[in-house]
Amino acid sequence: MTDLLEQHFDATIAHDRRIEPRDWMPDAYRKTMVRQIAQHAHSEIIGMQPEGNWITRAPSLRRKAILLAKVQDEAGHGMYLYSAAETLGADRADLTELLISGGQKYSSIFNYPTLTYADVGVIGWLVDGAAICNQVPLCRSSYGPYARAMVRICKEESFHQRQGYELLLTMMRGTEAQRAMVQDATNRFWWPSLMMFGPPDDRSPNTERSMAWGIKRHTNDELRQRFVDMTVPQADKLGVTLPDPDLRWNGERGRYDFGAVDWSELDAVIKGNGPCNAQRIDARRKAHEDGDWVRAAALAHAAKAAS
Amino acid sequence: MSSSWPLWEVFLRGKRGLNHVHVGSLHAADAEMALRHARDLYTRRNEGVSIWVVRAADVTASSPDEKDPFFAPAADKVYRHPTFYDIPDDVPHM
Repeated sequence: MTDLLEQHFDATIAHDRRIEPRDWMPDAYRKTMVRQIAQHAHSEIIGMQPEGNWITRAPSLRRKAILLAKVQDEAGHGMYLYSAAETLGADRADLTELLISGGQKYSSIFNYPTLTYADVGVIGWLVDGAAICNQVPLCRSSYGPYARAMVRICKEESFHQRQGYELLLTMMRGTEAQRAMVQDATNRFWWPSLMMFGPPDDRSPNTERSMAWGIKRHTNDELRQRFVDMTVPQADKLGVTLPDPDLRWNGERGRYDFGAVDWSELDAVIKGNGPCNAQRIDARRKAHEDGDWVRAAALAHAAKAAS
Repeated sequence: MSSSWPLWEVFLRGKRGLNHVHVGSLHAADAEMALRHARDLYTRRNEGVSIWVVRAADVTASSPDEKDPFFAPAADKVYRHPTFYDIPDDVPHM
């Protein structure tokens, strides 16, 4: 019986059709999918913090409204993704527990601090730019609910990237000090943005199976290269220098060559030793625990109203 | 520390003239809160003019396998389709 179900699953994947929630699927597929979707959801939720840091200090009402809308979107993206994870039998409360207990990870990029307002712009430009690079192919993920969530998310991410780049263009037209802030933020976020694509292919043991299952559509290194190729002309237009002396056009490949990423830094951040790991998790735990009485009160109210 | 709200499925009518379509799910303590959360979560950019919320526990679904014999009765009735019938090419308006 399982053989037949497995054949059906394999055929669905082979025809590039979508797997839907109540279909039979190999345990490893379900596990991988839950982990990937949950970690993606956690990243959106934790990702609210670095930028949320600047909402009260945005330089104008226009910028504040934009930043609020963007951070609300991040919350929404997290909710779409938790919803997708639940179609696989995961429980949202359990996933939150796994996040705040360190049992599941989130993107390493959110463990870096946002030191100046230029960071808000650079996060929109580079971090959301890298996220878009990662996420566009996931709109064709073999798991239907995840792919559909990604379609919604990608539509909304475009605003995120554009507001960031526009913010930076505005600062670059400002004072010398403002231009220096943009360059400084670019220097700090460039390498961590390249790390967002994950370890190099020769250190990414699950890539092959994930590609076979249509969970992943391109390798980490392919996406990283694509991001560099897209970003260099944007940096030129903006008038900032990307902090990589080895970055240069390779006419033979028709792509940019770039320097070696310091993978020991990514390893350290993933292991919990980035600049803000503890702060991010503490803030999430506090929000969850402080909200418990609200959840309990709303449940009690609903029960009373129903009786 | 866990007071979990039940799960609700959300359906949106994108605009007048279209059916409600399933868009996802959310957690809420009751139906009214589910509607408000659905508005905040799924219609931040005018994606809907009408929302339905249904408790996920109240949805009855057909068998998981979409190739199930449950749908077999439809498969062998080709005469339900217009292309089943041979009509000469020169018959107008058909």
